[in-house]
Amino acid sequence: MSARTLTINQTLVSAREGESVLEAARDAGITIPTLCHLDGLSEVGACRLCLVEVAGSSRLLPACRTTVSEGMQVQTDTPRLQEYRRAIVELLFAERNHVCAVCVASGHCDLQDLALHVGMTHVRYEYLAPSCAVDTSHPRFGIDHNRCVLCTRCVRACDEVEGVHTWDIAGRGVAARVITDLNVPWGEATSCTSCGKCLLACPTGAIFPRGSTVAEVQRDHSSITRIMTARGERW
Amino acid sequence: MSKTIIIDPVTRIEGHAKISIYLDDVGEVRTARFHVTEFRGFEQFCVGRPFWEMPAITARICGICPVSHILASARTGDALLAVAIPPAAEQLRRLMNLAQIVQSHALSFFHLSGPDLFMSIATEPGQRNVLGLAAQDPELVRSGIRLRQFGQDLIEALGGRKIHPAWAVPGGVRSGLDAATRTAFSARLPEALATTQVALARFKDLLEPLSAEVASYGRFASLFMGMVAPDGTWEHHGGNLRVVDAQGHILADNVSPDGYAGLFGEASEAWTYLKFPYYTPHGYPEGMYRVGPLARLNVCRSMGTPLADAELSEMRQRANGGPVTASFYYHYARLIEILAGLERIGQLLADGQLEAKNLRADAGVNRFEAVGCSEAPRGTLFHHYKVDEDGLITYVNLIIATGQNNLAMNRTVAQIAARYLRSDRLDHTLLNRVEAGIRAYDPCLSCSTHAVGQAAFELELIGADGTVVDRMVRGK
Ligand code: SF4
Ligand code: SF4
Ligand code: FES
Repeated sequence: MSARTLTINQTLVSAREGESVLEAARDAGITIPTLCHLDGLSEVGACRLCLVEVAGSSRLLPACRTTVSEGMQVQTDTPRLQEYRRAIVELLFAERNHVCAVCVASGHCDLQDLALHVGMTHVRYEYLAPSCAVDTSHPRFGIDHNRCVLCTRCVRACDEVEGVHTWDIAGRGVAARVITDLNVPWGEATSCTSCGKCLLACPTGAIFPRGSTVAEVQRDHSSITRIMTARGERW
Repeated sequence: MSKTIIIDPVTRIEGHAKISIYLDDVGEVRTARFHVTEFRGFEQFCVGRPFWEMPAITARICGICPVSHILASARTGDALLAVAIPPAAEQLRRLMNLAQIVQSHALSFFHLSGPDLFMSIATEPGQRNVLGLAAQDPELVRSGIRLRQFGQDLIEALGGRKIHPAWAVPGGVRSGLDAATRTAFSARLPEALATTQVALARFKDLLEPLSAEVASYGRFASLFMGMVAPDGTWEHHGGNLRVVDAQGHILADNVSPDGYAGLFGEASEAWTYLKFPYYTPHGYPEGMYRVGPLARLNVCRSMGTPLADAELSEMRQRANGGPVTASFYYHYARLIEILAGLERIGQLLADGQLEAKNLRADAGVNRFEAVGCSEAPRGTLFHHYKVDEDGLITYVNLIIATGQNNLAMNRTVAQIAARYLRSDRLDHTLLNRVEAGIRAYDPCLSCSTHAVGQAAFELELIGADGTVVDRMVRGK
């Protein structure tokens, strides 16, 4: 495997061939915000928070899905990117019903952390206030669609790590929802092994241990990474 | 020509309210209405949520007594799970409730009602607040702040946060209390007790000079309801309900929270969002009853701790042995409850089992409907939930203390106005009196905590034809 040299924010960085810009930046100590990315899972490039500017490309590219190349020149934190990221986070808040004050994940939520990171002070878009269900039919877990950001981390953790594929996405656009099996209540999804990996992967309070109360859900997303490292898999 | 006098909003009570005094054609007070105009649709908001989240959600109803909602909600959750919670968790919840009673009563007595009690009725309304009192009597206010701090600190030590501690959960509590913390709080008890005893002595000195107020700030026969222990002693959490009449006869006893609906009905009136609970066997509105500190002291046999029991006997002697029917004595009862609370906190802090590891019973949804109750500082608080088989809320009803005292508060305002209203002109003194009479109940009307004495205040006198005959606006 040969090395590639690229420039990220005026710093020369060397990376392995085939590595993503996100990995190269992190190795060089440069933080790029992410949401749908989780170490150990495949990349889907869904959330667009990791967008970067690459010289020679008129489009913004997701760092998690862009492979490094020799001489590449990358900007990760321009005013334009900052504005886009803030807009994305605001849209996520506007799209569902996030009431942090009574949320099980408050204080331990990636979306909250992102809002802080991008300097969100308020939401400039109209709240859609959709009517979303809570499903607590599973004996151990619950899913509150009000808090789901459709990152598909649960879908991938279940499929790629547990090897089950209980989770999937149904519907399109704002009507999209994560579903279990063929859109049955989670408690009736016979494929589910109750392993809890989706819970570990979920960045928000959407998936939670049944019976949780406010601010109680703390989880270590790196468990997914550890499982994959132990298996010797490369992502 | 009948006239309406409106006092809006009442300052130094939590929330927003308006008072109308209705005069008849000859200028006599006909009746009074205490309006609650704010409606938050809270009960609807809870539908669809897992009941495990209800302690924290309902805590948001009220910024001033979240602990009471958390405890009543957790208790209702226990009943849905159909579990007996670990004994240490039970004791920890009791400790939390006592701390809440201490801090809330301290706020009511020293901050909110202190100016009514210890400052002249003629004081300019702008001065008649806790800042004015602090200038006149700094030691009283300072010690009151420290007493409240004691309760708040204990709540924080237990729940992790002063406001909205989502600490009590269906099935138990989330954390215990270690020995070092318990010792630290025990060390602060003597000062807290001394503050309470000084306040009691000063309050008793007022009863003679303020005998006209005692007689007219809500002295009338009514029923009283509160929680008692199985042996009839004062209770604040986990007990059953007792109802007594104005002569002290026990009308209902050992009623479990579930039995509430069988004894009490809720009437509604078009002019207020507050409901009017009443004792069903006596009908509406004759079934008027009072809850809160005075009611709890009227229903119980004894307080169960030595200092508080001595004070209870003295208070009963002053009222000729029977139940105390003057709402002015709510203040007195509040101080006795602080004393009882501190004594019991002392006992609980000495209990090593508060460090136990097992603090939360685990179970699924085993019942689909439950009522839980707890004695909030202001009176008995009921939470009534129905859930589906997955534990999602399908129905919520909350019965709050201020609602249960609603009829009595209206009677109190009418009594004060009948005694002190002299013409169809308004004056600050009447305003002060009506507010003071209402504040004896320490009503909490919404979720907002606004700065003490800072709310705008409007008083209007309206003729039968709807014109404003007289109007007073009190500063911001
Ligand atoms: S999921 Fe995160 S952002 Fe959404 S309500 Fe919960 S804490 Fe707030
Ligand atoms: S449930 Fe959680 S992990 Fe799954 S898509 Fe929604 S936010 Fe992502
Ligand atoms: S982290 Fe790259 S698109 Fe979500």
